[in-house]
Amino acid sequence: MHVIDYVSAGSVQEVVGLLTSKNEKARVLSGGTDLLVQLRENRRKAELLIDLKNIPELTSIHYDPQIGLWIGAAASCSEICRNKSVLELYPGLVDAIRLIGGVQIQSRASIGGNLCNASPAADSIPALIVHNAKCLIVNNNGTHEVRVERFCVAPGRNVLQDGEFLLAIVVPVIPKNYGAHYLRFIPRNEMDIAVVGAGASVTLDPKKEKILSARIALGAVAPTPLFVEEAGLFLVGKEITQENIREAAAIAQAAASPISDLRGTAEHRRHLCAVLTKRALERAIERARTA
Amino acid sequence: MNKKVHVQAIINGEDVEFLCEPRQSLLEVLRETLGLTGAKEGCNNGNCGACNVILDGKLVNSCLVLAVEIHGHNVTTIEGVATPHGLHPLQKEFLAHAALQCGFCTPGFIVASKALLDQNSNPSESEVREWLAGNLCRCTGYDRIVRAVMDAAQVQEKTL
Repeated sequence: MHVIDYVSAGSVQEVVGLLTSKNEKARVLSGGTDLLVQLRENRRKAELLIDLKNIPELTSIHYDPQIGLWIGAAASCSEICRNKSVLELYPGLVDAIRLIGGVQIQSRASIGGNLCNASPAADSIPALIVHNAKCLIVNNNGTHEVRVERFCVAPGRNVLQDGEFLLAIVVPVIPKNYGAHYLRFIPRNEMDIAVVGAGASVTLDPKKEKILSARIALGAVAPTPLFVEEAGLFLVGKEITQENIREAAAIAQAAASPISDLRGTAEHRRHLCAVLTKRALERAIERARTA
Repeated sequence: MNKKVHVQAIINGEDVEFLCEPRQSLLEVLRETLGLTGAKEGCNNGNCGACNVILDGKLVNSCLVLAVEIHGHNVTTIEGVATPHGLHPLQKEFLAHAALQCGFCTPGFIVASKALLDQNSNPSESEVREWLAGNLCRCTGYDRIVRAVMDAAQVQEKTL
């Protein structure tokens, strides 16, 4: 592993300064559970690692009833999943984050890192997409936002330019009568990478009979985590029926373009898209009904 | 000659200082600089758990932590699990159940199990199995390990 230097940054400004002066030779480090493995295998290169974990904004997890949930890009999965606001208000996010690796990985890995690593199979990304989450990106000129569904551009690649880094993920305040769920298919019980993952969120009318809005996203069936906007739009104004849920799942399935690899065949993945979307929607609706 | 960094940390309750290169993992430094060879290098990529240590109360793979990252932090390795008064209940129960064959994974399992019992003194079998999913053992088939951890929890409960 070819790393010459390490800096534990104390502020966002320090990170921006280092990234600007070192260009592509510097990389930010959060949990390191992907990055250190990639550096060791020469899949990525860095001469300077800038540790983000000692910057308060980067590790804070904070809920504000006006703005929503701030998750610092370097906050670990275990800290996120024991935060009271997250557990109470965002169970659909917890579904996904709890699935990333085992206990040891959860202690270190961040969802900022899960996003930046831009794996098509990343568990947190479909869940963040269905929650309408935004990425806060910092560079020399300040901070700007990118919606999570636009953050990944290819396997292992994201929208970040030289000199930029991910500061936080902001998840909006959840509306009334809202529910969300993420699930995946893996051949073992835990510690695995999704063959297919599916996330869904719904907002119901006050009587909880009709769907006011819905979002559906899939993992591991396209070069990037896939937001299937049309599947959610189909459900707008619809009654909650098995037929409508099945139709939305069929739309999601049609949007997928899976490949065959060691984890599963394209055919199996296509089948799973419909099954998992249906289950994600059903659980999201159940949560919205009991919300 | 690569640049070396001075790191100060608490390891197994003792103040420790060492020099390391920024690229070196905590596992590498524990084993090769500090002579703490209990943590094992299995996969060196975060899959097997043989290198598990407890960092500020949290279970981590020491192969996925840089040694420079522990500056100012607190680490417990397998060498810090027993006390001068004797073995930890987990160590006694691993022996009593013969919960090992080749033994290579055992330090990782004991450290991981300690991290579990430190936060959940009476785990169910499924909680134990889920917690230990990040530790691989190719000999035992896991059953004896799970039983040893469950019994150690009972022993610990009685002595507290």
